[in-house]
Amino acid sequence: MSDLRWIDTAFAAARPQAMAALLRYFRDLDTAEDAFQEACLRALQRWPKDGPPRDPTAWLILVGRNSALDEARRQSRNEPLPDEDVFADSEDQQTELADRLDSSHYRDDILRLLFICCHPELPATQQIALALRIVSGLTVKEIAHAFLVSEAAMEQRITRAKRLIGKTRVSFETPGAPERVERLGVVAATIYLLFNEGYSASGGDVPVRAPLCDEAIRLARLLVRLFPGEPEILGLTALLLLQHSRTPARVDADGAIVLLEDQDRAQWNREWIDEGLALLDKAARHAQPGPYQLQASIAAAHARAERAADTDWVLIEQHYADLERLQPSPVVKLNRAVATAKARGAEFALPMLELLAEPLDGYFHYHGVKGWLLMQLGRADEARVAFNQAIALAHTAAEATQIRIYLDQLTRKY
Amino acid sequence: MLYAILCYNDEAELAATTKPQGGALLAGRAAIERAFPAEGRLGPVVRLMPTSAAVTVRAGRAPCVLDGPYAETKEQLLGICVIECDTLQAAIDAARGMAGSGGVLEIRPLRALETGRLPTQ
Repeated sequence: MSDLRWIDTAFAAARPQAMAALLRYFRDLDTAEDAFQEACLRALQRWPKDGPPRDPTAWLILVGRNSALDEARRQSRNEPLPDEDVFADSEDQQTELADRLDSSHYRDDILRLLFICCHPELPATQQIALALRIVSGLTVKEIAHAFLVSEAAMEQRITRAKRLIGKTRVSFETPGAPERVERLGVVAATIYLLFNEGYSASGGDVPVRAPLCDEAIRLARLLVRLFPGEPEILGLTALLLLQHSRTPARVDADGAIVLLEDQDRAQWNREWIDEGLALLDKAARHAQPGPYQLQASIAAAHARAERAADTDWVLIEQHYADLERLQPSPVVKLNRAVATAKARGAEFALPMLELLAEPLDGYFHYHGVKGWLLMQLGRADEARVAFNQAIALAHTAAEATQIRIYLDQLTRKY
Repeated sequence: MLYAILCYNDEAELAATTKPQGGALLAGRAAIERAFPAEGRLGPVVRLMPTSAAVTVRAGRAPCVLDGPYAETKEQLLGICVIECDTLQAAIDAARGMAGSGGVLEIRPLRALETGRLPTQ
């Protein structure tokens, strides 16, 4: 048995485009999935013998389409069985199809496929699960594992999500420019959620689930290829690469999260950092800053600092101020206050927290930051109160441990 | 005679995983460094960043700058310049300056794996 890994790789690379084309053709997710599945089965029979076709994606689309048509004909009893040549996977037809598959045609197909998975009525986690199943082709078992739920539960979730989107009408016309921008925004947000689901690992004991981060980066790169002139898509991809570059240093030997300033920066992945910086640079040329570019710029400022002490906090504070203007959320304001404290001192940052007391009262980081600022200003008793509130709100052992370290410092100092 | 070895591979396949992507080229680099040790016979060995980071400058009376790599195959690859710039914009400006003679210039950020040293003529 020869090594068939190249076939898996080819399937993975072809999947988004092939699924998108089959969906446009059949306008039904299940039919498209079955057709792609069938094409893969036929490829597994043919490719090991014949070698890879010139354009594997075109082959899979053509064979998938024909086999689904054939299946439909077979089910309708009045129709005679199709001739063998319906399975037209001849080199000529492949060439013709490949010519029609240039990016201007298929990019809207792929965007539509992703957009369908991002249905606004679906909760975020279901959008992610569906995108992983439909676009990335992860098995239900793999997705269930990533979300730390049982396979049966995930199967049910995906079925339900599919039923919901089956009822929705999505336009199969080529979208106009405003519609395209809107779809891109929705899809980018879901890719970001997918990344964060892997990066912050909201449930379970595993602090980082790298496969989800990898998949998010793969989808972001796909969007960059399809829409090369969209600065926010470049910004999103840069952001994910820059954040993921720290993954090797983010978890210590005991599996606990290591804070950014304590990480061994030699372990950061230089290759991803360089690519992230290059993409950010490319985005900046358009002079249309947006939230992803700004967050990527903040990550870039950290990536450029060889040691934590070299961090350009004045620049980061400026980026947060710009981000707050675009996205005036309490969490962004809190992050800005941290940057202000680092850049100019805790006395400038503490007043910024006053307006956040109410919206962020139940937020671990709010109380942690408040305690940290009060501690620096020598207000030990107030700091202790804030830290105790933070501990009560900690979600993970690592969060609680960090606060205990601060409390110890307080006890030793005062 | 100086020779350039241009390395082609399927980027989509390499990007299907986010494992460090220098791998394929790094293996080749070891072979080349064994055969051409530091004696003035090994020039720069570079890894180009993914085409997503590329910008293309099309020559003309007013050179036009496009996001993305150069995808046509009508022209042939005739030359390579490696320059050091602080920003992509500076590299684009440099390419615009070269664009007078026609053709297409694709700008790709790169990682230098080996600066190398060629014999002085």
